[in-house]
Amino acid sequence: MTHAALPAPGAGIRKLIRRRDRQGEHGGAPRLSPLWTFVAWLATLAFFAPVAWMVLTSFHQEADAATNPPTPLAALTTDQYELLFSRDITPFLLNSAMASVISTLLVLALAVPTAYALSIKPVEKWTDVMFFFLSTKFLPAIAALLPVYMIVKEVGMLDNVWTLIVLYTAMNLPIAIWMMRSFLAEVPKEILEAAEVDGAGLLTVLWRVVAPIAMPGLAATSLICFIFSWNEFMFAVNLTATQASTAPVFLVGFITNEGLFLARLCAAATLVSLPVLIAGFAAQDKLVRGLSLGAVK
Amino acid sequence: MTTLTAAPKTTPPPVRTRKPTGINKWRRRIPLLPALIFTIVVTQLPFVATLVISTFHWNILRPGDRRFVGLSNFTFVFSDERLRTAVLNTVVLTASVVLISVLFGLGLALLLDRRFVGRGLARTLLIAPFLVMPVAASLLWKHALYNPDYGLLNGTLNAVYRLFGADNGPTIDWISSYPMPAVVISLVWQWTPFMMLILLAGLQAQPGDVLEAARVDGASPLATFRHITLPHLRQYLELGILLGTIYVVQTFDAVYSITQGGPGKQTTNLPYEIYLTMFRKYEYGEAAAAGVVVVLGSIVIATFALRTIASLFREEISR
Repeated sequence: MTHAALPAPGAGIRKLIRRRDRQGEHGGAPRLSPLWTFVAWLATLAFFAPVAWMVLTSFHQEADAATNPPTPLAALTTDQYELLFSRDITPFLLNSAMASVISTLLVLALAVPTAYALSIKPVEKWTDVMFFFLSTKFLPAIAALLPVYMIVKEVGMLDNVWTLIVLYTAMNLPIAIWMMRSFLAEVPKEILEAAEVDGAGLLTVLWRVVAPIAMPGLAATSLICFIFSWNEFMFAVNLTATQASTAPVFLVGFITNEGLFLARLCAAATLVSLPVLIAGFAAQDKLVRGLSLGAVK
Repeated sequence: MTTLTAAPKTTPPPVRTRKPTGINKWRRRIPLLPALIFTIVVTQLPFVATLVISTFHWNILRPGDRRFVGLSNFTFVFSDERLRTAVLNTVVLTASVVLISVLFGLGLALLLDRRFVGRGLARTLLIAPFLVMPVAASLLWKHALYNPDYGLLNGTLNAVYRLFGADNGPTIDWISSYPMPAVVISLVWQWTPFMMLILLAGLQAQPGDVLEAARVDGASPLATFRHITLPHLRQYLELGILLGTIYVVQTFDAVYSITQGGPGKQTTNLPYEIYLTMFRKYEYGEAAAAGVVVVLGSIVIATFALRTIASLFREEISR
């Protein structure tokens, strides 16, 4: 097996792909007039205002949070966040992290080989297989809740993070397969063939040719799966009680248990949304591709 | 560009390499077997179970009284007034959320397709609502914005009224007075960025030379939009509407945390009603039957969705 004959992994291709992308965007898009720029910013700020208000309130004292008229300029404090951690939000965050990270890893372990068998070495009728996977995403989760609840109860897996992990894996698998397939399909077949002609083994091809090109796609896919698992509420609230509850369950729980603390609620809401906000902003350009199941670039 | 009228089943287009044969075929199938088996076990078997349960009279509060009743749960589902209300609420909720967020999303996408000061920042800020955890967003709207005493909405009204010399602004109990709009608005706020992203991607995939040609030929911006942009956007609009519908039909978080389906049953949608039937009334048979009806409804929507995705998909591989 000769490694020397292979082209330098990815670099040239990636440059090519990037150049094509840039041509695709019409950089010479017309400018907005000042009036419309004003409208665009007004709309943007209107949509962002509730998020800004949430974050701002989370740094206020309770007394300043629940005033009428509102007092946005009240003194800032991190008390609410300290209270949250002293009231043990930590186990909920850990459960959420465990459920989302492990299910995302499982999804990738199942989705990557599947996507490979749908793009690089396609099986017969591969489009039918893809659409089968996709169709499972369209079944409403609520209809599965009853049988899942009964089965999980029967095998003693209620209130167990692993139950959520299995469900989240199934929930995200179709999205991941579709996304990964669209990324793997971008590996130029000429290079794959050239590598094969040169006698490169399967692992070499995967590692030196496919991986460098598919890596950004893999990252984007993981982020999307992470976001959906992290935010999931219906299964979490109905299948967990005390041990395995995740962050969204903490949110609804602490309101009913303790009455309302607006500033602390905002702090909790900000805290649990933070990982997804960071992940989402980081993957902005890939977000649309994941949300449209790879159909739109 | 491909049209949407074709059936979703595509004959596999001729992509790379020669036809595999015999043992080779099976070697190619091995990588997808784990995912296939996992998916069938975890997603298909529960639905078979739902089908079976839906033919039983089964209330776990009366364990001795479990018996096969055929289709009578379905008769119940179609005649029960609560469920009919839930179906109607689901349609109203889904249609208004999807349509309003598509309209807002289209407007924002058209603006963001142009260059302006801080466009990148504006785009980042605009997707934030979609990234806030849905439960957190619902609670934020309920307590921080809609609350009649100290919510931002009444607070702002109050401040504005005082600015103009009045003693106090109106005290509106938004959720009790307008329960459905309250839920719809919070969901529109979350879903508009989703629509915007898909439509913006559609706009940026527009071939620049056609737009250039239209401009050279002296077409007005409105005519260009109506005759070139809109037809091009059609399949992106459809994709946004269908994916939005599929997600919004399943809305549970917002109803659970903003209104608990109330007041009365004014905002009880199907997922929430099924949840109540299951965990408050313990009528497993009825809940399962309602679940089957929801699945059948989703299949109808999904058929259209798959067709749209298939057409975009064919376009991508024929490129």
